[in-house]
Amino acid sequence: MTDALTALLEGTVRTATPIAFAALGEAISERAGVINIGLEGAIIAGALGAVLAAGTGGVALGFAGAILSGVAVAAVFAAFTIALRVDQIITGTAMTMLALGLTGMIYRAAYGTVGAALGTPTIGPAPIPLLASIPVFGPAFFSQPLTTYVAMLLAPAAWWWMFRTHAGLALRACGEHPDAAEAAGVHVSRVQTAAVLVGGALGGLAGGTLVLAQAGTFVEGMSAGRGFIAIAIVVLGRWHPIGVLVAALLFGAANSVQFLFQAMGWQAPYQLFLAIPYVLTLVALASVRSRGVAPAALGHVRRAVN
Amino acid sequence: MSRRPWHPLAVGALIGAVTLLLLVGLLATGGFDVGAALSALVRGAVGSPSAFVSGTLVRATPLLLAGLAVAVAFEAGVLNIGAEGQLLAGATATTAVALALPLGALTLPVALAAGALAGAAWAAVAAMLRQRFGVLEVISAIMLNFVAQFAVAWLVRGPLQESTHIYPQSSTLPLIAQLPVLVPGTRLHWGFALAVVAAIAIWFVIRHTATGFRLRTVGANPFAAASAGRIDAIRIAFGAFVVSGALAGLAGAVEVSGVTYALYENLSPGYGYSAIAVALLARLDARLIVASAVLFGGLEAGGVAMQRDAAVPSVVVSVVEATLILMVLSAGRLRGRSWQGGDGGAAAITADPATLVASR
Repeated sequence: MTDALTALLEGTVRTATPIAFAALGEAISERAGVINIGLEGAIIAGALGAVLAAGTGGVALGFAGAILSGVAVAAVFAAFTIALRVDQIITGTAMTMLALGLTGMIYRAAYGTVGAALGTPTIGPAPIPLLASIPVFGPAFFSQPLTTYVAMLLAPAAWWWMFRTHAGLALRACGEHPDAAEAAGVHVSRVQTAAVLVGGALGGLAGGTLVLAQAGTFVEGMSAGRGFIAIAIVVLGRWHPIGVLVAALLFGAANSVQFLFQAMGWQAPYQLFLAIPYVLTLVALASVRSRGVAPAALGHVRRAVN
Repeated sequence: MSRRPWHPLAVGALIGAVTLLLLVGLLATGGFDVGAALSALVRGAVGSPSAFVSGTLVRATPLLLAGLAVAVAFEAGVLNIGAEGQLLAGATATTAVALALPLGALTLPVALAAGALAGAAWAAVAAMLRQRFGVLEVISAIMLNFVAQFAVAWLVRGPLQESTHIYPQSSTLPLIAQLPVLVPGTRLHWGFALAVVAAIAIWFVIRHTATGFRLRTVGANPFAAASAGRIDAIRIAFGAFVVSGALAGLAGAVEVSGVTYALYENLSPGYGYSAIAVALLARLDARLIVASAVLFGGLEAGGVAMQRDAAVPSVVVSVVEATLILMVLSAGRLRGRSWQGGDGGAAAITADPATLVASR
């Protein structure tokens, strides 16, 4: 039973890490008033970028490649939604299709039509002395790859930046009332572009985490809906970095509860287990009140200033 | 930025040219044989009467119905990104009814109706979540797409698995539940005719009836529709979403009873997502959606041929579709459309969950 609990907690943290990265990025972008449904595209691009870069220069270059790939996808999204002012949802959907297709093509062009299984170096767990030896919780929280610690620390850092600095205030102003922000001297489209790019970088990092800290390989479509989950996580976390981290962990737990079921000897079809997190997310979305919490100008296309 | 509108044909030609250029560039960069790939694409789509009828038109059928689904919702200012899940729900219900209810000559119509109903019900979940709980339909619809996908994966290994329990698919539909062939000697079934009739009917309703006018008014600005037009914007948007789901469900129903004759995973290569491109390219005009569905059907059929004959991964099709979506959006012809950036539309589709509720 303790084994099952440890497995549950470990699975929770493992699942939550990439989703937390992506969701924190999306929270920043949405706080600036831009909803990026193309996050899924940034994640899959990050995963491929990680494999390609790690193949030539090791893990560190792999993470750099992941982040840059995510930024590239986000830059295209920003060009259409912020510079050309087209609808954010449709553009995001198209960006996901584009990135899933392009990564598939590039992968097969680079590694053949069969898609030869290729392994990349991964980062192993970095146990924190003393803390890692706490029973049950130690292995789950303090014996994880470095990326997990970064994700856990990123949430409070993002909170502090978002709610305790002038730049964070400007960011939130763009999402609440862009015209007022503009009048107050904030360069709204510049802030929004920066926020979208940061969101893309974190989406790419999520993809890099999948490859370099977990799977050790690239599979077409391996983002497997995590970008969309992350967008729901932002709502569940009420657009607050700490809330987002907690929601990501809760989602990780829902996703890993199968280990507990198996330990208790419950038999349920595997495919139904896969559906559980999505159903739970829907139920959770229905039970939180997002009204009044969402950035007021989220998703609005700004009219041309002149 | 110049505001002078271009002739639609000029815009279309420009978009086509840029897409082709991009495709060629992509193939060349990927190290593929561009000539062989393009000739395979053309051959697979329109190379012979049988390629066109059995390949392109057969694939155009679910794209046409799903494209209509997306367009109906769009007209009311709602983005139905969940057509894929609704399509799967429809395919599942049609299969289940056709296998479980031997109704003689009535089997086929009842099974198709069940598919449409299931699609409508699947969409209604998202619509209800939006109305009762303020959950953005964009997010819930995507979640429901995943749920539908896993549910089908489970059903074809569980309750709906074929009788030998070997393959992850349902039993073959009885002959009485299969759509008859429309053009003898090809795979084209009556579902195509049904889809074309649906397109004409929807065009008529949207352009020439009071219901269609209300729909478009809500899409243009739900607040104005509610306050000046005394239109129940919430009900109209809800209704449009459910009808949209029914059309997507019918797409799945027709695919099962006309093409695959059985339910299995990966029944749809993303028709529900391609449908967004189909609807946008036709600028939501139901008549033009027929043409744009045939175009994308050709692209899908040609993509299969490219993979088979020129070893180009067929995912290149989704790259082309995404490019088309982005270019149509930014072509500026659409500027000012409700869902494209006007105040009301943007609010109705996306952000504030309270918007429609508040407009009451």
